[in-house]
Amino acid sequence: MSPEQNHAAGGDATAQYCTFKVDHLLIGIEVWRVQEVIRHQPMTHVPLAPKEVRGLINLRGQIVTAIDVRQWLGLPGRSDGASSMNVVLRLNDEAISLLVDEAGEVVEPAADTHEGVPSTASGQIRTMFSGTYKLDGALLLVLDTESVTRISGENGAGAAHSATRRAS
Amino acid sequence: MNDDAMNEIVQEFLVETNENLDQLDQDLVALESDPTSRELLGSVFRTIHTVKGTTGFLGFGLLEGLSHAAENLLSDLRDGRLGLTKERTDVLLEVVDAIRALLSAIEATGAEDDRDLSGLIARINVLQQDAEPVVAEAAHAEPVVAGAAHAEPHRSAGERSVRVDVDLLDSMMSQVGELVLARNQVSAHVEMIDNLALHQTVQRLSMIVSELQEGVMKTRMQPVEQLWSKLPRVIRDLAAQFDKLVSLEMEGGETELDRSLLEAVKDPLTHLVRNAIDHAIEQPDARIAAGKPATGTLALRASHEGGQVVLEVADDGAGIDPAKIAAKALERGLVSKGELDSMSEREVVDLIFRAGFSTAQSVTNVSGRGVGMDVVRTNVERIGGTVDLSSTPGTGTTFRIKIPLTLAIIPALLVGCREQRYAIPQANLLEMVQLRSDGASSDIERIGGALVYRLRGKLLPLVRLDETLGFAPLAADEQPEAVSIVVLQADGLLLGVAVDEVFGTEEIVVKPLGRHVKQVPLFAGATILGDGGVALILDVIGLAAAARVEEVTAGLALSSDLADDEDRSLERSTFVLLRVGRDRRVAVPLKAVARLEEAPASSVEQAGNGRVLQYRGDLLPLVALSEILDTACEDAPVEADGVPASIPVVVYSDGERHLGLVASEILDIVEGVFEVRPVGAGPGILGSTVVHGHVTDVLDVDAAFALAGKEPERVA
Repeated sequence: MSPEQNHAAGGDATAQYCTFKVDHLLIGIEVWRVQEVIRHQPMTHVPLAPKEVRGLINLRGQIVTAIDVRQWLGLPGRSDGASSMNVVLRLNDEAISLLVDEAGEVVEPAADTHEGVPSTASGQIRTMFSGTYKLDGALLLVLDTESVTRISGENGAGAAHSATRRAS
Repeated sequence: MNDDAMNEIVQEFLVETNENLDQLDQDLVALESDPTSRELLGSVFRTIHTVKGTTGFLGFGLLEGLSHAAENLLSDLRDGRLGLTKERTDVLLEVVDAIRALLSAIEATGAEDDRDLSGLIARINVLQQDAEPVVAEAAHAEPVVAGAAHAEPHRSAGERSVRVDVDLLDSMMSQVGELVLARNQVSAHVEMIDNLALHQTVQRLSMIVSELQEGVMKTRMQPVEQLWSKLPRVIRDLAAQFDKLVSLEMEGGETELDRSLLEAVKDPLTHLVRNAIDHAIEQPDARIAAGKPATGTLALRASHEGGQVVLEVADDGAGIDPAKIAAKALERGLVSKGELDSMSEREVVDLIFRAGFSTAQSVTNVSGRGVGMDVVRTNVERIGGTVDLSSTPGTGTTFRIKIPLTLAIIPALLVGCREQRYAIPQANLLEMVQLRSDGASSDIERIGGALVYRLRGKLLPLVRLDETLGFAPLAADEQPEAVSIVVLQADGLLLGVAVDEVFGTEEIVVKPLGRHVKQVPLFAGATILGDGGVALILDVIGLAAAARVEEVTAGLALSSDLADDEDRSLERSTFVLLRVGRDRRVAVPLKAVARLEEAPASSVEQAGNGRVLQYRGDLLPLVALSEILDTACEDAPVEADGVPASIPVVVYSDGERHLGLVASEILDIVEGVFEVRPVGAGPGILGSTVVHGHVTDVLDVDAAFALAGKEPERVA
């Protein structure tokens, strides 16, 4: 059974998540989706690409598109000098890097802390995240990795900021 | 004799006989090409005879019986009572195989197995009895020789080649691509390290990688012949179907091409061939009426041209009539009347590549089934190739397909735009022009919102790469000092792309773009450069589309000074464009111009009643154009007092006579069809024409010589 099949079964009570910080948000991505986490890489800007696309990086000879999660969420850009981390995901045979502020630890939240995305969250949040976990002192937003493939540069920016505040 | 001694003898016998059998194989094959060689026959006979003797002694009955029968046959062959036919060779080779099999059995078990050799022995006997006079031998031997000649290279080819799975080749190719990239990176890094031994090693590595790349690419190469091999039959059948006579000429079939590309051009090529027979080549009576041989010629040509392969399909048929094409395009609603009027003949003919175009008078089952030339062009462009055609009504049409040798690794030009590098496939590259920004302004103009650049008098649609890529224009003080224009060809259109910098060329490996970037039509892929950085590969067709080059080109055709209309009956000519005085322009034919010089004013001297220039150890009589034109003399040499200015001189030569024409400035060299009207004609002036939108006098050089009254013989 491939990881895809294995995990597509869903509802797995002991799911593990790699956690990442983006601004004030704590984002979780299922461990098996994450190929690797690497430090900031030199990037080639892609003119005319969707605004979420920060650039292309050379990952050992493979060209990987880097998505700026801040931009995707409609959050303000990183302050100057603050470097980002690349979280490289494998999505349908394509490697995509998500640029996050910091990489955190791997967590295994209890299944009973799982909740859906609050219905009060903005449309953008609801399309990006599949659910939440209430951790001690933080709310973990579980990224719906498939939503990465739907990025087209037309997401409503700005909505995320206030909406997630409410959600936490 | 004890068992051990016996075993020893058997072992010896096995080893020796096996060796002899190998020799037998070779001798028998050699005999096929030289069936009467007594020496070879003798050698084969002796070997079999030895086997018979030893096996009889050792008590291997089967072997003995078999070798006895073979020996009898060989004896007759050796003595010339029988001839060696293919059947006899076959049966003798079978004997060798049977002996070998028996020996294996003996080696394994110490005894013969219980195989039945009676059939083989019976056949040997039949072939021996079937004795024919030796005289007939030669006649019989003939086909055997032919067969042998055939068999031998086949055999050696079998030994020298292996079948390889295409997937394996593909994966090798991509790995070699990675290796090339890694090599480029290593080379780039090493340049910063001061270590001779390391440099030498890297250089060797680099060479080996290049050779390996070439080798792997070669494994994927197949001759174009392979593609053509089916065409003679297609052509024969089609010609018969249309009652046409067509002879086929093929040239350059050995030209090799990557197999995936070969596969990709198969359909376009077949389509062009079908078209040529269906539409182009006329019926025999029509051909005779047109003064051509009844048999039409279809030529397939393949050749290498600057890293590309050119495939031509040429016919000597009716050619393409632009009027017919225009009428058809109008009827199909592909173009409007206005658009047509503004098109050159070449552009009209190019309409056959538009979707929805078909010139077939009636729909035949050969062509005109909706699979048109547009598909041909699309298919060829998909693999980075181009198709164009040249046609002369009445004499024929030639289609040229240009394709890259290979897809995976391509040479590309690296250009810079706003601090970032981009790669442009060299297949699209025609030339590069560098302009200083101050000079650029005069050559780059805006016509109705579109930028154009004057390239040798020809207006070229121009796009600024930064603008096309969506960058905001730079402030005046941020403008780069120089602008480079890269002249590209795509989709039958020319376009100039203004970039900030040109870095040079690099072999790049085309890598696919991810889903988010793929949607940008300006990029065909990306690659990793020697320093590890990622560069986007520009899609030239996408660039042309983004810049709406097609519209601009059509618009330019309207402007009267687009002087590249090759299809007009007027002759093309090239002029040197000069400024005389403040704003008069003079065009002088380039044909007789020996040199363009900037001579220091100090080297101009007065001689007799005219001025001369010391020129290459000789004296060159000078004629000031201002005198001929009667323009107020503002020539450069006199304008600054005492400061030695230089004067632009056009040096003319018609073999013996030399003449220097002095102008105020040499502006340009323009090429095209210029209609010279008698406006302003006078002594020394043929008339005037319009160049770059300016009325320009055209100099009559002979008259200028005469007018100046300078006979070089006198001066020199």
